[in-house]
Order: sequence, then structure tokens, then C-alpha cells
Amino acid sequence: MYDGGKIIFGLIIFIALVTLPFTLSIGKEYIKANPKIDTPEIMKLPEAERKCVESKDFMRKEHMKMLIEWRDAVVRDGKTLYVNSQGKTFNMSLQNTCMQCHSNKSKFCDECHNYVKVKPYCWDCHIEPKENIKKEAAL
Amino acid sequence: MGIGLALISVLGLILFAYLGTAVIGLNALFAVVFPYAAFIIFVLGFIYRMVQWGKSPVPYRIPTTAGQHYSSLWFKQNKIDNPSTAWGVALRMFFEVFTFRSLFRNTKAEILQGRLYVGSSKWLWLGAIAFHYSFLVIFLRHMRFFTPETPWVISIVESLDSFLQVHILGSPILYITNLSILAALLYLLGRRILDPKIKYISLPSDYFPLFLILGIITTGVLMRYFFKVDVTAIKELTLGLVYFKPVVPKGIGSLFYIHLFLVSILFAYFPFSKLMHMGGVFLSPTRNLANNNRMERHVNPWEYPVKHRHYEEYEDEFREKMKKAGIPVEKE
Repeated sequence: MYDGGKIIFGLIIFIALVTLPFTLSIGKEYIKANPKIDTPEIMKLPEAERKCVESKDFMRKEHMKMLIEWRDAVVRDGKTLYVNSQGKTFNMSLQNTCMQCHSNKSKFCDECHNYVKVKPYCWDCHIEPKENIKKEAAL
Repeated sequence: MGIGLALISVLGLILFAYLGTAVIGLNALFAVVFPYAAFIIFVLGFIYRMVQWGKSPVPYRIPTTAGQHYSSLWFKQNKIDNPSTAWGVALRMFFEVFTFRSLFRNTKAEILQGRLYVGSSKWLWLGAIAFHYSFLVIFLRHMRFFTPETPWVISIVESLDSFLQVHILGSPILYITNLSILAALLYLLGRRILDPKIKYISLPSDYFPLFLILGIITTGVLMRYFFKVDVTAIKELTLGLVYFKPVVPKGIGSLFYIHLFLVSILFAYFPFSKLMHMGGVFLSPTRNLANNNRMERHVNPWEYPVKHRHYEEYEDEFREKMKKAGIPVEKE
């Protein structure tokens, strides 16, 4: 090989870069997201009524869209009521509707968001629920 | 002809992935086997191609340059475009790799009203650089799926890409690169179709990567803004690949598998295609060799010791015959 030293040096850098995901995972625990929905508010409800605004599958995939549409409806258009696919009416509010049941932000929201490394900008404006503040104070 | 073949190939691949997952249900094949196979082909093929290129000798320096070479003191040398030192070469390579400097010099000749005009043409450079940097940012952003704890560099890239915070369609944020790569790709495809001269020299292997990447971008954009997917399940799948503990989570639709399959094809196709310019740019002889022809002696690597025959030896052999024929000889 001509200039083999330089080419092999370049190839070593190439291999080091493309195998980074593998080498970065060495020694790191294999984790899975495990969001909890066992808050006191939810457990208080009878089993049949433990339902979110929309179906679980819908919420899992579309909650970010729903929340941003709620924000636009409330803040920009002044509409505060949401009628779901069952015809039930909800108050469009992250803190008063969503967080009423899902009061465990760190175990519910953050669990998946941290797992897939998403940083929603909800909390740029909203105040984070108390459970987190307490935790930070304890630390 | 070329464009049809490439388009049909990519559509066929999409159909294959759709049938394989949605109809036959071979999700494990598309989620585990193909990505691993593609990655191995990519790495080994890449190394093979680079070593093959490394074996080809470059006999002499090729000073196809765009600047004054090192000369008498009163001529100012252009140290980047016509370097005579390793540092100059390093700088020239840096600008070539990161800013596509030689493409920036692209010119275009046109006949307007019977007269020939030659001028600078930057559109190809703009399309190319927009495409490459968008692709790089998108590639880096995806590392959040392939690392257990995303490095902070990746998070910074991601937050810069989404800093507009535009609420569009189904997403609270809009990635700038989603728009720029689509615009750049459509331009790069459009120039091949609309310019008759470029269309004439375009081959299926020119169109295929364009359609393939367009397919990857389209499926990605569809998943982000239109038909949502369960991102947590997808990360379980991708992390499983990284940890060599492959899992095939339920509830991931065909759209994702089409995306993943097209990416696998891109990786596997890479070493056999023009996409190898990713490695090849570093081996460009007109860019990576210092123009020091007049300072150092360069020996042609395929030169071998040539058998010489001196006149004295010749005369020794034929002296008698030469004398008989009356030819003068040096030694009696």
C-alpha cells in the first residue's frame, strides 16, 4: 500500500467513529422506560373509570400534538374546552387536567422523555409539580 | 431509462419492506438481521475499498491547482491552493472536506444571443453543502436512539436544529434540517431531470441514491409530523441492537420498518457505489499531495531496474564483424 500508514490511521478513526454506539454502551446498564400510572388520584378512581382523555394508544403517540394544540387553543384562541372522541368534555389544561391524575412527573413524563432524550418545553412556562421541588430540596 | 430503473428499484424495496412486515410479519428479519448485515457490509466494504485504492500507485505529484506555486521570492505563493508543505495540504484538505472548495469553483458556459459566456455557478455547491450538512445533522440527531445516555454534543446539535420551536402539523417543534434536506435533494434531483446535458450523462447509479435517500427522508418526516409512532418502543429496538440483545417490540408500524430497511440498504449499498466519495475525498491525488516537484525527488513506484547495454559491450561483441565491414571502431 502506498502511504499505508496514513490510510490505516484514517481507517482506524473511521472504525472508532462508526462503532461509537457500541463502545459507548459498554459498562452502561441496559435500561427500559417504565412509566408509572399508580398515583393516588388514579388509584382512587374505580377500575372502569381509569381512562385518559383519549385512548392509551392515541395518547402514547399523539400527546405532544394534543398538548401543543391545547396551548394554541387556550392561549391564542381563548377556547378552553376539549371534547374527546367519546363526547366527554375536558378543561384544556396541562396543570389542572393532565397533572391532576398524573401528578408523578418524574415517574410518568420524565421516564420516557429521558429515555428517548426528548426535552419538552412545557416547563419553560409551567411550574413543575411539587414532587420534584421537594426532591431537589432534599438533595 | 436510468431514472425509471432507479425509481422502480426504490419503490420495489419499499414494497418489499411493507409486504415483509405488514403482510408476512417477518419483523425480526427487518428489525435485526438486515440492520446487522448492512452494518457489517458497510464497515468491511468501506475498509476493502479504501485499501484497494491505497494499493494504486500515484507516480508523481499532480499539481492541478488554482494558485501560484512556490517560486522565486517575488512571486507570492498561494499556500492553500498550491501548497508545498504538509500543513498547506492539511489546510487544503480541510477546506475541501468541510466547505467543498473545489465545487465552489464550479463554472458554467452558456451561449446567450449568439455569444459564449462563462461564469461562476454556485447553485450546485449550495445544493450539495445544504444536503451534506443537513444529512450530517440528521445522522447525529439519530444517535439519541443508539446511545444509552445521549452525549451532550448530540443534544446541542438537536436543540440548535429545533430552536425555532415552530409548532407545525403534528409536532411541537420543527427541525430546520427536515426542510433544508428536502429542498436540497429536490434540487439535486431536479437538475439531473431538467438539464438535458446532465440528464444525458446520468446513470441509474446517479438516481438510485437520490431516490433512496428521498425515501428515507420522506418516511422519517411522515413518522415525525403525520403518522406518529411509538418512539419508546423504537428506542427499545435500537438499543437492543447496540447491546447485542435484539428485541422486536410490538406496536411498531410498517412505516418504521420501511424507514429502517431503506437505511439498511443505504449502508449495504454504500461501499459499492459513488457514495464512497465519503472516503475517497481523502485520497484525491490532486488535493492531498503537496506540490513539491521541484524540491524533492519523486520516484515512480512502478519503476524497475532497466537492463542497459553500453556501446562498449556492443563493440566487444561485434568488433571483428565491424572491422570487416569497414565500420570505424573505438578500440582496436
